[in-house]
Amino acid sequence: MTIDARLAVRAAGVGKVFPTKDGEVVALTAVDLTVAAGEFVALIGPSGCGKSTLLRLIADLDSASSGTLEIFGKPAQQARIDQDYGIAFQQAGLLPWRTVKANIELPLELHGVARTERSVRVAELAELVGLTEFIDRYPDQLSGGMQQRVAIARALATRPSLLLMDEPFGALDEMTREYLQSELARIAAETEAAVVFVTHSIPEAVFLADRVVVMSPRPGRITQILPMGLSGMTGDALRESSAYFERVTAVREALHGAPVERANER
Amino acid sequence: MRRGAAAGWGILGVLALLIVWELYKYLGPAEGFVVGAIDGETGSGVMILPRTNDRAMPHVWDMVARLGQSTSGGNTPPLIVPVVNAAATTLGIAAVGWLIGVTVGAILGLVMQRWRLAEWGLLPWIVVSQTVPLIAFAPIVNSIGTQIDRGGTPWPQWLSVAVIASYLAFFPVAVGVLRGLDAPDRIHLDLMRSYAAGYWPTLTRLRLPAAVPHLLPALRLAAANAVVGAVVAEVSIGMRGGIGRMLIQLAGQGSSDPAAPWGPTFGSIALGLVAAGSVALIGFGLKNYRRGEAIV
Repeated sequence: MTIDARLAVRAAGVGKVFPTKDGEVVALTAVDLTVAAGEFVALIGPSGCGKSTLLRLIADLDSASSGTLEIFGKPAQQARIDQDYGIAFQQAGLLPWRTVKANIELPLELHGVARTERSVRVAELAELVGLTEFIDRYPDQLSGGMQQRVAIARALATRPSLLLMDEPFGALDEMTREYLQSELARIAAETEAAVVFVTHSIPEAVFLADRVVVMSPRPGRITQILPMGLSGMTGDALRESSAYFERVTAVREALHGAPVERANER
Repeated sequence: MRRGAAAGWGILGVLALLIVWELYKYLGPAEGFVVGAIDGETGSGVMILPRTNDRAMPHVWDMVARLGQSTSGGNTPPLIVPVVNAAATTLGIAAVGWLIGVTVGAILGLVMQRWRLAEWGLLPWIVVSQTVPLIAFAPIVNSIGTQIDRGGTPWPQWLSVAVIASYLAFFPVAVGVLRGLDAPDRIHLDLMRSYAAGYWPTLTRLRLPAAVPHLLPALRLAAANAVVGAVVAEVSIGMRGGIGRMLIQLAGQGSSDPAAPWGPTFGSIALGLVAAGSVALIGFGLKNYRRGEAIV
């Protein structure tokens, strides 16, 4: 295994330009970022900073305009075809006509995994996200937080070594959010998958991530990468520690050092 | 609860219609009310209130009773027998027309969704096709059928009727399939792309299930269109045995037997209800695909 293959994500000079009627819009410019295997990286920044765009490039849902982007040493497209990553969005995006079980097994079904093997895997995943009793329910019978847990289970179905998450807890209430953050921290540790996590919440980024990548808009770029170094602690102990508050302050300052785009100035 | 209420309102509506009919028949002028009539000139002036005599407006109970009386005197069976037979014949033809229309419409919808170029090229023609008057179009289909028949391949007349019915039926299906297949959310399409799923898995796992709420109204419209198309086509090409022909025939005898044309009229109403109801059954079988949509 080469050094590069041990990296989950390697982006060098990555840029993305969207053509529009009024000319070109630079969504991302000169992004250099590496994510080690098993590492948890949060992307944070004001709207328009390109954090979701960067995630979509890694997922090969859009393609980069410039630079090189490798996922486990492969081009992003190959990594997508090889199912090297699982993805979850801000909306759970469950298929409403499928039960929880059928939703979780969708990626397995698409890749020709046999029925019995699928059932075993779904049972494992339902256990992992704590939804074993709800496996035959339909999405409209679940709360928002439960739907998001199903989405995470689905993202993990093919045992990806990389998990891409685009503000997955953005639409949830604060209590559910904190609960799912703790759950995600546990799941990420158990599965040993690398995670790229887009968020606009500073406490969320600090709580979850090994490193927080601070981004800034116009043009979207990385301004700072802050190592957290809070791994030892978990749960409420972490949330209430002084080290945690220091990191929150550090990230906040890094964000404000960059020109912040306020809603009323747009 | 809601189902019962819906049925109650339906029955109330039919009752109200019957009451209005009988009330007007009771209160309105027997020979109608004509303005600007010139003495000694029949048919002059404008009738602003229709006649209410038994020839023009038979009693509702007479219409119903007529169904039980013999069709044309003598030993002929009660009117309801030929009405049911004729309605069943037309229903069968309309069902064939519906199937042809749904197949053609679904293929057109699939092609248009797959290739945008096909949508730009086909959709305007599909819309224009529905402005061609059926009365003009029906004899052409029939004469083409006759020519095929002469060529040696048998072409029964009912097939012409079915083809004409399908001409009306395919339109809502083509549009419904096109809209339905484009219905999935962006996020679901992204998800399928992240699974590296190609066109066919995306079609069967995502696009078709997501299209169901658009498809059911389209199928229902197609059923109604197929019935209308079949009845009009029967009259237009003069096919015997169906309800359309029977309507015209008995209406011609209306002055001597005024309640008789109402037999096939009821028959065609029942026909439409059965056609729409059958499609509703399809919707019942697909109710899991309509989650999130209010199911009435």
